[in-house]
Amino acid sequence: MKQFVFISGKGGTGKSTVVASLAKYVNNKALADVDVDAPNLHILLDHEVVEKIPFKGAKIAKIDQSKCTNCHKGYEVCRFDAISKDDIINPLKCEGCGACLLVCPENAITLHDELTGHVYQSKINEEHFTHALLAVGAEGSGKLVAEVKKKVKELVKEEDYLLIDGSPGIGCVVIASITGADACVIVTEATKSGLSDLQRVQQVADHFGIKSFVCINKYDLNIDVTKKIEEYCKNKNVSVIGKIPFEPLIVKALQQFKTPMDDDKLGHIKSEIISLWNQLIKET
Amino acid sequence: MKIAVLSGKGGTGKTTVSASLAYSLHNSQYVDCDVEEPNGNIFLKASLTEKEAVMVLNPVVNDDLCTGCGACQQACQFNAIAVINKKVMIFDNICHSCGACKIACPTGAISEVPREVGIIESNSSHTFMHGKLNLNEPLTIPVILQLRKKMNKYNHVIIDSAPGASCTVVSTIEDCDYCVLVTEPTPFGLHDLKIAIDLVKQLKLPFGVVVNKAMDSDTSIQVFCKEQNIDVLMELPYSKEIAKNYSKGILPVQYSNHYKDEFIKLLATIKERTS
Amino acid sequence: MKIAITSTGKEITDLLEKKFGRAEFFIIADTENSEYKVIDNKAAMEAGGAGIQAGQTIIEEKATALITGNVGPNAMKVLTSGNIAIYRGESVSVEANISLFKQKKLQQINTAVASHFGMK
Repeated sequence: MKQFVFISGKGGTGKSTVVASLAKYVNNKALADVDVDAPNLHILLDHEVVEKIPFKGAKIAKIDQSKCTNCHKGYEVCRFDAISKDDIINPLKCEGCGACLLVCPENAITLHDELTGHVYQSKINEEHFTHALLAVGAEGSGKLVAEVKKKVKELVKEEDYLLIDGSPGIGCVVIASITGADACVIVTEATKSGLSDLQRVQQVADHFGIKSFVCINKYDLNIDVTKKIEEYCKNKNVSVIGKIPFEPLIVKALQQFKTPMDDDKLGHIKSEIISLWNQLIKET
Repeated sequence: MKIAVLSGKGGTGKTTVSASLAYSLHNSQYVDCDVEEPNGNIFLKASLTEKEAVMVLNPVVNDDLCTGCGACQQACQFNAIAVINKKVMIFDNICHSCGACKIACPTGAISEVPREVGIIESNSSHTFMHGKLNLNEPLTIPVILQLRKKMNKYNHVIIDSAPGASCTVVSTIEDCDYCVLVTEPTPFGLHDLKIAIDLVKQLKLPFGVVVNKAMDSDTSIQVFCKEQNIDVLMELPYSKEIAKNYSKGILPVQYSNHYKDEFIKLLATIKERTS
Repeated sequence: MKIAITSTGKEITDLLEKKFGRAEFFIIADTENSEYKVIDNKAAMEAGGAGIQAGQTIIEEKATALITGNVGPNAMKVLTSGNIAIYRGESVSVEANISLFKQKKLQQINTAVASHFGMK
């Protein structure tokens, strides 16, 4: 099985639209969405949730109010401003460091596993689709990404391909997204920050020994930037496998929950995505 | 008045809205709190003459007092301390500066020293400010808190928040007077808007929505907002002209008085809602 | 001597795991005989500092060499202060890596890969 991850230096570059399009085109595959902060792939794909699994990925402190004598010692040592003067813990700000536990004379404070999100096992027809959502204000998206990938590994067997909608950015979440992949496709935009975002994320992939490919979205917005991206890729021996033009009709299609693959007016985008896929297969 | 601009995910136009708003208003301060990727200055082009380091406290061990008992390692929830052959090793780059190890040490062998984790850069008048996390640093909160201390001189403080609904965003927006949630009229935009709404509701902050890349007035976003009785404060059209200029680092308010007026109106609308 | 190998599964026929701190299993093998045991890496799902924890586990298990893929800078510090020699394994089974090690065909690693600072 070949595993491809789609990533982007920043959010909103069109990553999920590309993956959703490929989901409609590629046969015998499994899908996963590891953009756990803002998962979008499930929105465009007609799926049925088979199982919703709670995920506890962080620890937070809890005060047993029956034991608390309001000595404020916890409040005094907390450096995250997570304990109020009246000794109430704000779960959104608690880092789970445990400093308050150490100073509490009554042993009224303990650390508890905190629900930080859910993993969803879904089916699209007969194909596996695994996705997740991080809880509001929660930390630990990297762990949730790793959990999704673990669940996928348990499920997939005979499939030819695993397509993963990755996380945006360059941090640990992205690394968690791309580990184990055969290749990653970086979806970028032809904007002033597009090239630097691309460079940073491409270096991350390089560093972990994962072959990268580039798809330039809205390439006609700024031809100069597009040229610079192409030049950069050439120097790095990275293939630009897709160039998608600025096309308001894509947004129109999305509004009707359609991908470019199922909209007659978007034949030109469809053929670009198919050619992207063919090149990806050819080069891996 | 402090106005935070945020969105459930990146790439919706948060920076376009916050930077345009700050640019259009007199006596305003723009603060970029997207400290992992601050890009407001691509558009506002401030001359960053002032720099200030963001420091956190990290533990150091006095080997003369340390008995190698491992209490500090036990106390550290972040695995930032290893004890090998009775010798303590501290890993600054994953230390959360919580101070638990110092509390736990029975011999007083741990003290704390400041270490730089990021930087705040601003122009001389402080109308532009951004925080930048040093590469490889895990903690955004200290940078945010230091930025927050510097937001007070001007009538309008416009905050460009990090995307998402993480604790970083909580720290950025929790004491704001108003939140502007930027979204785009796609099913993705609606889904992510709901995440952002969840967050501001939990924090009990007043908020309204700006629809970026708007095409029609009856998309799912507008319908949703109407049903939920949520204010749509403004719509920025989906236009190749705006997108082209954006790609060159130019905001709509920097070439069009029409858009400038629209952003001045946006502030008036916010004021009306909060009065 | 006792050596530790990062593994993708619980059997020595399973593939070597390229990640160190976040490997699911460690196989501790004795090169004198063919005995081995499997331990779960408790650090695999830690938010941060997995390599540091995992490094301490290897030291506690009294291994003197480690075969793995990539080692981050923090884990490298822990392992070197515990005098553990680190070898870069091949993408083959744990068993095959052990025999490569015995034939002195594995390359020793002295430099860490870049940090990816946990899973915030």
